[in-house]
Amino acid sequence: MLAIMHSNLVPVQGLPSPVIKVTALTKTFGDVRAVDAIDFTIQAGTTVALLGGNGAGKSTTISMLLGLLLPSSGSVNVLGHDMIRHRHRALPRMNFSSPYVDLPHRLTVRENLSVYAHLYGLRDVAGRIEAVTTEMDIGDLMHRHTGKLSAGQKTRVALAKALLNEPDLLLLDEPTASLDPDTGDWVRSALANFRRRTGATILLASHNMAEVERLCDFVMIMRAGRIHDQGSPAELVGRYGRATLEEVFLDIARARSSPSKS
Amino acid sequence: MQYASVNHDFSGRRVLAIVLRHLYLLRGSWIRIAEMAYWPTINVIMWGYLSVFLRTNSTWVARAAGVLLGAVLLWDVLFRANLGMSLSFLEEMWSRNLANLFVTPLRPIELMAGLTVMSLIRTIIGVLPAMLLAIVLYQFNIFELGLPLIAFFINLLVTGWAVGLGVSALVLRFGMGAESLAWVLIFALAPISGIYYPIAVMPEWLQVVAWLLPPAHVFEGMRAVMFDHVFPLGHFAAAVGLNLLYFSAAAVLFHRVFYIARQRGLLMNLGE
Repeated sequence: MLAIMHSNLVPVQGLPSPVIKVTALTKTFGDVRAVDAIDFTIQAGTTVALLGGNGAGKSTTISMLLGLLLPSSGSVNVLGHDMIRHRHRALPRMNFSSPYVDLPHRLTVRENLSVYAHLYGLRDVAGRIEAVTTEMDIGDLMHRHTGKLSAGQKTRVALAKALLNEPDLLLLDEPTASLDPDTGDWVRSALANFRRRTGATILLASHNMAEVERLCDFVMIMRAGRIHDQGSPAELVGRYGRATLEEVFLDIARARSSPSKS
Repeated sequence: MQYASVNHDFSGRRVLAIVLRHLYLLRGSWIRIAEMAYWPTINVIMWGYLSVFLRTNSTWVARAAGVLLGAVLLWDVLFRANLGMSLSFLEEMWSRNLANLFVTPLRPIELMAGLTVMSLIRTIIGVLPAMLLAIVLYQFNIFELGLPLIAFFINLLVTGWAVGLGVSALVLRFGMGAESLAWVLIFALAPISGIYYPIAVMPEWLQVVAWLLPPAHVFEGMRAVMFDHVFPLGHFAAAVGLNLLYFSAAAVLFHRVFYIARQRGLLMNLGE
């Protein structure tokens, strides 16, 4: 079983360690084995990337971590709670953002944030909305309908929603998908600042290897529902004898070569 | 982070959040609000003039001039209660918001409670203008029914919620292809609920089916109040009992379908 090491960040006090513990996690849809008996643990304060081609099992894994999807077998423990039976105990301290899951388009940004602040049971709704508005630089968008925003603006608003409860664990599905390089870079900086400030644990699925190298302490690469390889970005690059993580990813996705040493 | 409520089995705050979400939606669109009142108003105008005509041509209607208007207004309570529940749920599907909702601590029962409150609000917005219009145009004041009106109103609301919750469960299970059920399923009850005519005019075997429906007892009760000036406790008790049964069954169905949705990954990829 993989135990991802602490980064040099200070983890949040009082967090269980590991923050995520997955054991023999399997999900089948009919004859398709989307996730195939994976095991991993993630320690508090780390930023971990889940990589893999389309259909590798990343989104299915994240859905099971969120409790949106029930595993066929195996266990998922998040923040010390069994996500199959007691997900409501962990969910107040987690959050999630994905460009593929929308916030209601016909509500203004402020209205959306207000609704989600109440859903997370926050005491100081106005104060938290103000804080994430500043953090994501969306002050000028607050009275606009969410559906009228550009892709970059929507991403910042979705991240503001995801930071409302200042989560101990943040799950991100392709946080910079379809963003221009400038906006993508801005989002990555904002995420790095959030992590530095809070010591939160972040698990992100991404196809952007530069993003992963910049943000992540550890990488798990999935293929056909299994964790094919793992390590820090530098370790993986060295192990495969490649110059970049993108080349490593392509090797694994195309089953082109084995690591030069394991 | 300071939380007002964490790990409670049921949170009124989260119910309020769902209500807020839909009130914001209504506030942002006067067309939606107008649409809610549109059909009940049209119905009252049409059935009102029909009543005026029949008052001089039908001894049955002449005995209680408002019987048809009362029926159409109460039917709209049932229809709007169903639509208020199922349309609010469909809004979450159309906006692909379910995954966002259910990664918060929101529980299915809290979503149901929020949708129920919204259904009540939508129903009042929908039928109140029509009820007032009936007073102005036809001097028919449904509020003169007094306490029995409250009994009828609540029973029809609960029937509407049961149907709406059932429709929401089917849409969650079978996807947007089932969304038209929100409008059409309730009409299956109309012919056998005795809205405009007594249950006794139906064939006996159909009467057996009708008496299994709470609205049949409500509309029969309404006629008893209007024609005979008595509140039929037996019909009231039957409607309450049946409503408890159907609403509980709908809630169990929704919970069961939610579990299936978690098994099949339906919460992640829903929408248009």
